[in-house]
Amino acid sequence: MLNKIYDWVDERLDITPIWRDIADHEVPEHVNPAHHFSAFIYCFGGLTFFVTVIQILSGMFLTMYYTPDIENAWKSVYYLQNEVAFGEIVRGMHHWGASLVIVMMFLHTLRVFFTGSYKKPRELNWVVGVLIFVTMLGLGFTGYLLPWDMKALFATKVGIEIAASVPFIGEQIKILLAGDSTILGAQTLTRFFAIHVFFLPAALLGLLAAHFIMIRRQGISGPL
Amino acid sequence: MSSKVSRRQFLSYTLMGVGGFMASAMLMPMVRFAVDPVLQPKSEGEFVPTPQKVDKLTETPVRVDFTIKDRKDAWYKSDVSNTAWVYKEGDTVIALSPVCKHLGCTVSWEGSEKHKNEFFCPCHDGRYEKNGKNIPGSPPLGPLDEYMVNVVDGYVYLGKTVPNTLV
Repeated sequence: MLNKIYDWVDERLDITPIWRDIADHEVPEHVNPAHHFSAFIYCFGGLTFFVTVIQILSGMFLTMYYTPDIENAWKSVYYLQNEVAFGEIVRGMHHWGASLVIVMMFLHTLRVFFTGSYKKPRELNWVVGVLIFVTMLGLGFTGYLLPWDMKALFATKVGIEIAASVPFIGEQIKILLAGDSTILGAQTLTRFFAIHVFFLPAALLGLLAAHFIMIRRQGISGPL
Repeated sequence: MSSKVSRRQFLSYTLMGVGGFMASAMLMPMVRFAVDPVLQPKSEGEFVPTPQKVDKLTETPVRVDFTIKDRKDAWYKSDVSNTAWVYKEGDTVIALSPVCKHLGCTVSWEGSEKHKNEFFCPCHDGRYEKNGKNIPGSPPLGPLDEYMVNVVDGYVYLGKTVPNTLV
């Protein structure tokens, strides 16, 4: 049945070369853990992406209940965690996954560094990788405020003060982030929500696409 | 056809099985989380007091506005105002919902000059008789809902809405 549907579409649109090009490529021996177990270090990039997919999915579901408003944010988080079925699990996935992304990304960076994979001709991919790193930290920083509890509030106060310590334009950065020159409140929360849910994920998807296209273009770096 | 399972088939089945199991373990909590409102028990609909005295009622429907105090809407509690059209039929008190059965606009008694002794919906000229029966040829496909009615200390108390029992 599925085969027939596939054949019907393929006959008209010739989709086989598309997925072949994406999925069907050789894994060199030196990055295949089946050949050398130590090659598992080459899995960290893929694991980072896997956790990122979980973050995007669980985040999409969380926004079904979450409210970016100072009166209701904490209450809606409390409700979705304690009153909604599997709320604890879904929020837990997003909460722990956020730390896991950073850990996996760090291990991936170490692997790339110690195998020298950043060297010519892959310098640009290293640069894009660093941009992904910064985007992920931004997602972590903006997401931390959203539950709107005391820990989130004071962590963000400190974070914004750090941003304010930038020479010359620090004050402007602070106001841009908080939405107000003195208050960390209603406007900060809506801004952080928008950045966390729309702006940074959009940037992240673009950067990931560039990262992956470059890998396919240049191939995985050779053995040590 | 041979009943032997080839190595390729075995591997592809086990890989698909394990992969499917892992994917569903990931997706099941999220899907259950999303569909939770559908599986929540329906609210009981407690009786709510209205300012309408029973002995002031006549055979002509009057508009009764009442307030549901502290209605719980997930994490948000608020007072919600509501309306009923109430009249007496002999000794029984009848309260009809003002929600039009066409597309949910609000009907009112003699809401149109042209149609006396009828409920009228201004959105698409929906019309109902006094007992809520929809008039054939006008848009609604069913009669107006009825409130559960209770009388406490001479005042009308209204419960949840139920399908019309008068028509």
